Amino acid sequence: MKPKFWTRFCRFLPLPATLLLAGCHMALLDPKGPIGEAEKSIIVTATGLMLLVVIPVFVLVFVVAWRYRASNTKAAYEPEWSHSNKIEAVMWSVPIVIVSILGVIAWRTSHQLDPYRPIPSQFKPIHIDAVAMDWKWLFIYPDQHVASVNEVAMPVGVPVVFHITSATVMNSFFIPRLGSQIYAMANMQTADNLVASAPGTYRGISANFSGDGFSGMTFKAVAMSKADFKQWLANAAASKQTMDAAAYRALEKPSENLPVAYYSNAMPGLFQQIVQGKFAPGRMVASSDMRDSARSE
Amino acid sequence: MSNGPIVVQGSSLALKPGYADHAADALRDLRQSGDAVDFEVEHHHDVASTIQLGFWIYLMSDCLLFSGLFATYAVLSGHTAGGPSGSQLFDLPSVLVETMFLLFSSFTCGLATLSMNANKARATVGWFAVTFLLGLGFLIMEVREFAHMVSIGAGPSRSAFLSSFFTLVATHGLHVTCGLIFMAVMMVAVLRKGLTDTNRARLNCLSLFWHFLDIIWVGVFSLVYLFGVVH
Amino acid sequence: MFGKLTLSAIPFNIPIVMGAVAFMVLGAIAVLGIITYLGKWKYLWTEWLTSVDHKKIGIMYLILATVMLLRGFADAIMMRSQQALSYGSNMGYLPPEHFDQVFSAHGTIMIFFMAMPFIIGLMNCILPLQIGARDVAFPMLNNLSFWLTAGGAVLINVSLAIGNFSRTGWLAYPPLSELHYSPGVGVDYYIWALQISGIGTTLTGVNFIATILKMRAPGMTLMRMPVFTWASLCANILIVATFPILTVTLGLLALDRYLGMHFFTNSLGGDPMMYLNLIWIWGHPEVYILMLPIFGVYSEIVPTFSGKPLFGYTSMVWATMGIALLSMLVWLHHFFTMGSGGNVNAFFGITTMIISVPTGVKIFNWIFTMYRGRVRFETPMLWTVGFLITFTIGGMTGVLLAEPPADFVLHNSLFLVAHFHNVIIGGVVFGVFAGLTYWFPKIFGFRLNERIGRWAFWCWLIGFYVAFMPLYALGLMGATRRMDHYDVAAWHPLFIVAAIGSGIIFVGIMLQLAQLVVSIMQREQTRDTTGDVWNGRTLEWSVPSPAPAYNFARIPVVRDIDAFWDMKQRGVDLKSATFVPIHMPRNSATGFLIAGFAFVVAFAMVWHIWWLAIAGLAGALVTLIRHAFNDDRDYHLGADEVRRIEALHGRVQARSM
Repeated sequence: MKPKFWTRFCRFLPLPATLLLAGCHMALLDPKGPIGEAEKSIIVTATGLMLLVVIPVFVLVFVVAWRYRASNTKAAYEPEWSHSNKIEAVMWSVPIVIVSILGVIAWRTSHQLDPYRPIPSQFKPIHIDAVAMDWKWLFIYPDQHVASVNEVAMPVGVPVVFHITSATVMNSFFIPRLGSQIYAMANMQTADNLVASAPGTYRGISANFSGDGFSGMTFKAVAMSKADFKQWLANAAASKQTMDAAAYRALEKPSENLPVAYYSNAMPGLFQQIVQGKFAPGRMVASSDMRDSARSE
Repeated sequence: MSNGPIVVQGSSLALKPGYADHAADALRDLRQSGDAVDFEVEHHHDVASTIQLGFWIYLMSDCLLFSGLFATYAVLSGHTAGGPSGSQLFDLPSVLVETMFLLFSSFTCGLATLSMNANKARATVGWFAVTFLLGLGFLIMEVREFAHMVSIGAGPSRSAFLSSFFTLVATHGLHVTCGLIFMAVMMVAVLRKGLTDTNRARLNCLSLFWHFLDIIWVGVFSLVYLFGVVH
Repeated sequence: MFGKLTLSAIPFNIPIVMGAVAFMVLGAIAVLGIITYLGKWKYLWTEWLTSVDHKKIGIMYLILATVMLLRGFADAIMMRSQQALSYGSNMGYLPPEHFDQVFSAHGTIMIFFMAMPFIIGLMNCILPLQIGARDVAFPMLNNLSFWLTAGGAVLINVSLAIGNFSRTGWLAYPPLSELHYSPGVGVDYYIWALQISGIGTTLTGVNFIATILKMRAPGMTLMRMPVFTWASLCANILIVATFPILTVTLGLLALDRYLGMHFFTNSLGGDPMMYLNLIWIWGHPEVYILMLPIFGVYSEIVPTFSGKPLFGYTSMVWATMGIALLSMLVWLHHFFTMGSGGNVNAFFGITTMIISVPTGVKIFNWIFTMYRGRVRFETPMLWTVGFLITFTIGGMTGVLLAEPPADFVLHNSLFLVAHFHNVIIGGVVFGVFAGLTYWFPKIFGFRLNERIGRWAFWCWLIGFYVAFMPLYALGLMGATRRMDHYDVAAWHPLFIVAAIGSGIIFVGIMLQLAQLVVSIMQREQTRDTTGDVWNGRTLEWSVPSPAPAYNFARIPVVRDIDAFWDMKQRGVDLKSATFVPIHMPRNSATGFLIAGFAFVVAFAMVWHIWWLAIAGLAGALVTLIRHAFNDDRDYHLGADEVRRIEALHGRVQARSM
């Protein structure tokens, strides 16, 4: 192979990558809620601050490596030089300064953007309980007594308090375009305060691997006008399926890629019962595990 | 700097006869040639002290293993899941006797070390035999305690608290068992070969190990049993 | 009789697995056949398998790591191709239960059986030479450590053929890894493979700390130790401090699975989140156990190829110790999203960022070592420059992830996957290759082919960027890790690009294998006759290549940080006139046997074959006791023999006795 080929090859390679990046839709860089906005701005600010050191480092690496290459005999050569208080002072203090700034940001934003922290708003927040199951999401509206699977609706501009648990293994509740994810853990309750600032249907996922059906464990997060939300609730309340203990038990069985479903008459206290472990551990034996145990018997 | 230390002896395991003279000759030659400034014929590494250091490092890692178990116990000790708690299960007087067995065995282990340092092989073995019996007594009491708890339905699978209790205490017990095997082997070794350098280095490790287990037990006794009964 | 083990445990119905198994079995038969044909069994047994020589053990570690690199990389290719295919209606070629094993095996193998053996292998090959020692403190233990690691590696590969591997990711988070949710033998394979290799690693830690503290040449004070030795010391302290926690954690998981206990279960008071804490208390320092020695490798290469001492030696040492200490205070940043609250998250976020200070200082140290030097860009230096750029990017995204709110959206995303590959490939793997190329002549006595090495470097570098930059973008697009299938159109092209990148890396790996073959064929032209191919600065270059079994016929007296450079400056004559007998440890089968029994115990435990487990345990104990009663453990290599060996390397002065 000729060196010429390689230079051309190298020059060509990053090109499609850059093109692709430019054309892509960056969910996290185009958030649809103030929490996501704040998180995006932290990503941008922190990256910018770090580039203040990183870019000079890149330049320094290339300049120093090129200038002091062995073939360049004109460059200075000091074979014993290995210490300089001035340079050492700079190279310790610059990262310290940057990290101090980032540290202050971390301290302040960890508190401001703590997912447990209620979002100040003129509107009363809506409570939604989210339950991670094998492999779907159950959403319960405790005040409206409806429930849904794999779809969660919320009015635009109204803060939502998600209370989250798991009926099975650990998952992570995440709507990338709205911001903060948080773990869904059995026998435990976490909370996530989010708000959508524009109507739309956003992708919701489990961001923690939870077994064979994990990839299909997505849901739709639909932000809509208050009128549409009312309609959505009415629609769910009119559903023939009800969410009682029996329906919950049926739902508990492992299943993958379930279609969206709505339930009326959500049993009061269902979420608390799930958190308290009133329903025995969820998954029986998952499909492919069956093969295992059959094999090992 | 110009007169770096010059040592011929390779190790405390001692050069085989004949070599020592040879090495001394070579050393004389080296001194005369002036090489000694830049090289040593052989650098002295005290094998016994290296073993001792290695064993200490191992003990530290073992200590961290126990710290993991203690931390786990601390987190889970309240998680009785409706099952019995420590104060309902622990029989403090019996545990106190158990503790005395182990503490006293540490004392006799110390006496064994003193005998070793006084070059008394038989006395060394004798004191280790006493230590062994005391350790065995400790183990038997522990097993009886476990058997009793399992028999009343308070086995390790009853609750997270009991899982962590059994695991912590049994891991210590397993260490004691290993210590007893170590001790038995060393008693045979001393009887067969006497107090050789190797045996001394190992006996030192054994006694370190035994005292270490004693310290861990003090932790178990106070954090698990005393605290458990108080709460 | 055979517990859960029956013939049906062999997955005859899965062609991919059976193909891989057939490949492995045929490979093994071929290797065994060649050994038999050449009549080398006795040689292999007496000179290698039972060897207590740190250099040979090091080489065995390197071979193990190379083989496991190939295995782990095969998994990587499978993942990348699956994700490139399985968009929309196309489900790819790996069903979830297979895909999940592949990514679990990839992570486990790459960390425990690729990166760790490479690093411990380099330490073995070089560290005693650097400190002027004739071996490690406990040579037999060293052999045992290696075989325990190898036993774990074999166990993981056995899981491919008999039963299956864990499907719970490389850290096997409960409750998914509990019996209730993972009833097969996969997690058990994972547990026992890591347990036996983990014990081996702990013993390595004990061994090397004792070696460094006790076996240094006269005059080598702590602050005169080569930086690779310093970094290895810190890494080994971390091993001893944290591997016991791994042992405990996996032990508790095993107790849950085997005895029905409730440490991490969803029921009866178990707390799965405690597992996350425990495993990361080990897991984060583990990152630095890999990284620190590699920082040491770069710190050896940059001065050598710049013809200058390391800039800011003292800074470097303090930075290394600082990193080692801090690495134990950051574990919670792996699960900010558990919801521990602002104070806790902020504390761990800030400690994490602080680590970037000493790390940044190191980068500057290397740059200023090149400054006013005469930098020779041979392959080790190429890898180093590739590292400086790549690792800096990885460090930057790492600090970004340390901002808790940023982590709330980036956690578990492909951005995270890109980040840790960025630091592990760009840092550890590049460093391993840099170190291997640099020390290859010292270890084997001849150089690696320079030209093919450069090609391989460029493939790796370009392949890395093509494979992982798209993953950063995918992370920002909201793609999470460990998906066997997705339905977002915008992701598809990026996954294809990433797959192409892994293909380029594949070419790089093939070139490296070709480089090895070509170099062996051309070994006569590239033989290192001086022992100092690169104009080195540290003591390993003062002995012949490859180093004789006893390393140093005479122990050098150290007067400076770059001890050998100092000797060369003063014109010290490496030839000796007089020789003395050298005390040597005898080879021993004990390590091999004990590790063999440990393997038997592990396999028996996986399949619940209790009698075999007890038999294996008894076998190990008997072997150990027999070893205790064996007094014939050392011998003296006669002065004449030493003279003869030294003469082969032209190291005998004419004026002899």
